Amino acid sequence: MLDTDQTRQRTAYTGDFILEVDKVRKEFPGVVALDDVQLRLRPGTVHALMGENGAGKSTLMKIIAGVYTPDRGEVRFAGKPLNIKTPIDALNSGIAMIHQELNLMNTMTVAENIWIRREPRNGIGLVDHGQMAQMTQALFDDLNIGLDPADLVGDLTVAQKQMVEIAKAVSYDSDVLIMDEPTSAITESEVEHLFAIIRDLRSKGVGIVYITHKMNELFEIADELTVFRDGQYIDTVKATDVTRDDIIQMMVGREITDMFPKIDCDIGDVILEVRNLTLPGTFHDVSFCLRRGEILGLAGLVGSGRSNVAEALFGVIPAASGQIVIDGAVVDMTSPAVAMQHGLAFLTEDRKETGCFLQLDCLENIQMALLTREKVNGMGFVQQGEVTKLAEDFAAKLRVKTPNLSETVENLSGGNQQKLLIARWLLTNPRILILDEPTRGIDVGAKSEIHRLITQLAGQGVAVLMISSELPEVLGMSDRVMVMHEGHVSGILDRSEADPVRVMELAAK
Amino acid sequence: MAMQDTTIDPPVMQAQRRLPPEVNILFVLVGIALVFEILGWIFQGQSFLGNIGRLKIMILQVSVIGIIAVGVTQVIISGGIDLSSGSIVGAVAMVSMSFAQSADYARAVYPALTDLPVIVPILAGLCVGAIAGFINGWLIAYTKIPPFIATLGMMVAARGFAKWYTKGQPVSFPTESYVAMGKGMMPVIIFLVVAVVFHITMKYTRYGKFTYAIGANPQAARVSGINVERHLIKLYVVAATLAALAGMVVAARGQTAQAGMGLMYELDAIAMAVIGGTSLAGGRGSIIGTSIGMVIFGVILSGFTFLRLDAYYQEMIKGVIIVAAVVVDTYRQKKRVKKS
Repeated sequence: MLDTDQTRQRTAYTGDFILEVDKVRKEFPGVVALDDVQLRLRPGTVHALMGENGAGKSTLMKIIAGVYTPDRGEVRFAGKPLNIKTPIDALNSGIAMIHQELNLMNTMTVAENIWIRREPRNGIGLVDHGQMAQMTQALFDDLNIGLDPADLVGDLTVAQKQMVEIAKAVSYDSDVLIMDEPTSAITESEVEHLFAIIRDLRSKGVGIVYITHKMNELFEIADELTVFRDGQYIDTVKATDVTRDDIIQMMVGREITDMFPKIDCDIGDVILEVRNLTLPGTFHDVSFCLRRGEILGLAGLVGSGRSNVAEALFGVIPAASGQIVIDGAVVDMTSPAVAMQHGLAFLTEDRKETGCFLQLDCLENIQMALLTREKVNGMGFVQQGEVTKLAEDFAAKLRVKTPNLSETVENLSGGNQQKLLIARWLLTNPRILILDEPTRGIDVGAKSEIHRLITQLAGQGVAVLMISSELPEVLGMSDRVMVMHEGHVSGILDRSEADPVRVMELAAK
Repeated sequence: MAMQDTTIDPPVMQAQRRLPPEVNILFVLVGIALVFEILGWIFQGQSFLGNIGRLKIMILQVSVIGIIAVGVTQVIISGGIDLSSGSIVGAVAMVSMSFAQSADYARAVYPALTDLPVIVPILAGLCVGAIAGFINGWLIAYTKIPPFIATLGMMVAARGFAKWYTKGQPVSFPTESYVAMGKGMMPVIIFLVVAVVFHITMKYTRYGKFTYAIGANPQAARVSGINVERHLIKLYVVAATLAALAGMVVAARGQTAQAGMGLMYELDAIAMAVIGGTSLAGGRGSIIGTSIGMVIFGVILSGFTFLRLDAYYQEMIKGVIIVAAVVVDTYRQKKRVKKS
């Protein structure tokens, strides 16, 4: 039987910290996501966890919530080692979490969503909807939320859904509440409301881990803050002891090494011009131009609309208005096939979701884009001899490590999968290459090989638009850096004027 | 492309080549056949496999559904499903036969249109199939409803159409040339031609490559420049056209068409594909596998008859084998994922 008692007892403990993360390490194939990190949360405080995209914050939160198990190290809760295998264990232990993405069931009511798994029962074991509505109303009154418990979640706005998530997390009466960017989808006034709730919980002794990118929120709500960078623990400080610039320095402060072998090359004429590209609700008035041989870096937080602009350029999800001009002519970019006709290629952000054909072999993965345009005879037969030779050449140049090209792609490492996808696009001989997170989740060696390749392509006159969440990569590789914030271009910096602090300022406001 | 650095690790071409998945299924087939062979000697005192006549009948029994299974296989590889094939068999049998009637028969459906050249009923049948397939494909590609629902609708509607066409009356007395389509080993020959053509198509043409790509990852297929919608329509048109061909073969063989023809053929065809290693998740499968799956069906069917066992047992065992095939496949895939 699952716990049906609605109010769990707060965990009793002695000691300064309710939650302690000690030397936790987590590796994924090819990457170290967390390298001996620590985090100490005091009860009755708000502890901000900061770091760039990919710093390891979300991985740690998933470890605490029981989604991942650490390779090494320990998480202690109320002084005792925490043994969590599933998210339900975490909730039962007294740790609730608000994930970055919404996890609600749209076809159920607000009340059903909040009390799922803990529904009040009547005498014969059926769900007592009356009592459930009362409990929800009481919770909402307490939190000052003006929603109807009987509404369907699917009918709510994103911001209202976020409030339901918050109410649900609070309803667990946890000792620790983890919030992963809870304000990314809500408006100013709702942020104030959320902060009021957080202050109230804090005064009741709840320890809150608050993950955010937004500096102003940080100073308004956080007591302490911990910074991660590249999976490593940097420091924990009191919020009152530091300034905004100190924090940015802690987050990005690292030397840009020769990992990014930028070669200056001749930048030619404008090949792509984007004018006022808009997709309502996603990005607005995006304008920029791209020249032959140029690498234009595109920085911004996750959700700033970077990838959406790339998708619009490639016709995956076309923009609603604005113009895409290639070689001086306006192109109606309605599908990837049209984009490919104009010499575009697009390495998507998510290898697994929109890149690889996992069950197919390497050769099929490399040749698929080419086959939509050429190397097929009038009968529809693939000129396999020629294509195989091309594919083998590119696989060798990119140093794809696989016994042979008939290996199934799901058996390859992330870095090799990425190289295959790059090979797929190079086979089409593109003039404009859009790369969305070209080195995400791959090891250092493969990373620098890909960086070198990108530079070489630019040297041959290919225009490159490179989206990256890694500041050093953007700054190291790009001739110019365009920064997006909440769907708008917040600035375009020349290589000489782009530095981590300026980019972060434009990205985070 | 002039790369600075072209030194590469020598390609490690390993001699150990993994066996194609079809080999597993072939072993299953051989195993089942051997079981019947042994049981045959024990209970019947004779060989099961040693009787060429029996083997011929065995293949003949399943090759009509085999023709359908080829079309269904390519649909399943693309990540879809087609439930309408059995009803299309019925509808096409009726329409095609109505244009194939001999002038000797007094009560033809179209008294003015008798003794037509055989190409007319064949084209009429293929057209009916293609139209049904186009509707399936269009619904799936553009209204984005699940293939299960679109083809379920077609399954019901096409059966209704078959009954409405002659208000439930059977259509008979075809011309000699029409009957020839189903005579002797013709169904097996037609199946073999279809299987070879589609084996080559799936392996060596763009059509085949795109089908696997869409099944493996439709989003990646789209980003790679494949017109996914148009390809889906082609797939369902092909599947329904092959079902139409099967429908005409059945009608020609029986020399009559009835609205109820092809009942449950779609499920047998799907089962053949699945037993043959086609993954319902898409991206995996082959015509060779399906052909072996078809023969497994035939062996079970004729094996039970041979042992003089009740037909009821046949169906129960068939059910078990279908489920077992998918369980094994799912288990194999899980293992693969764990490995990677």
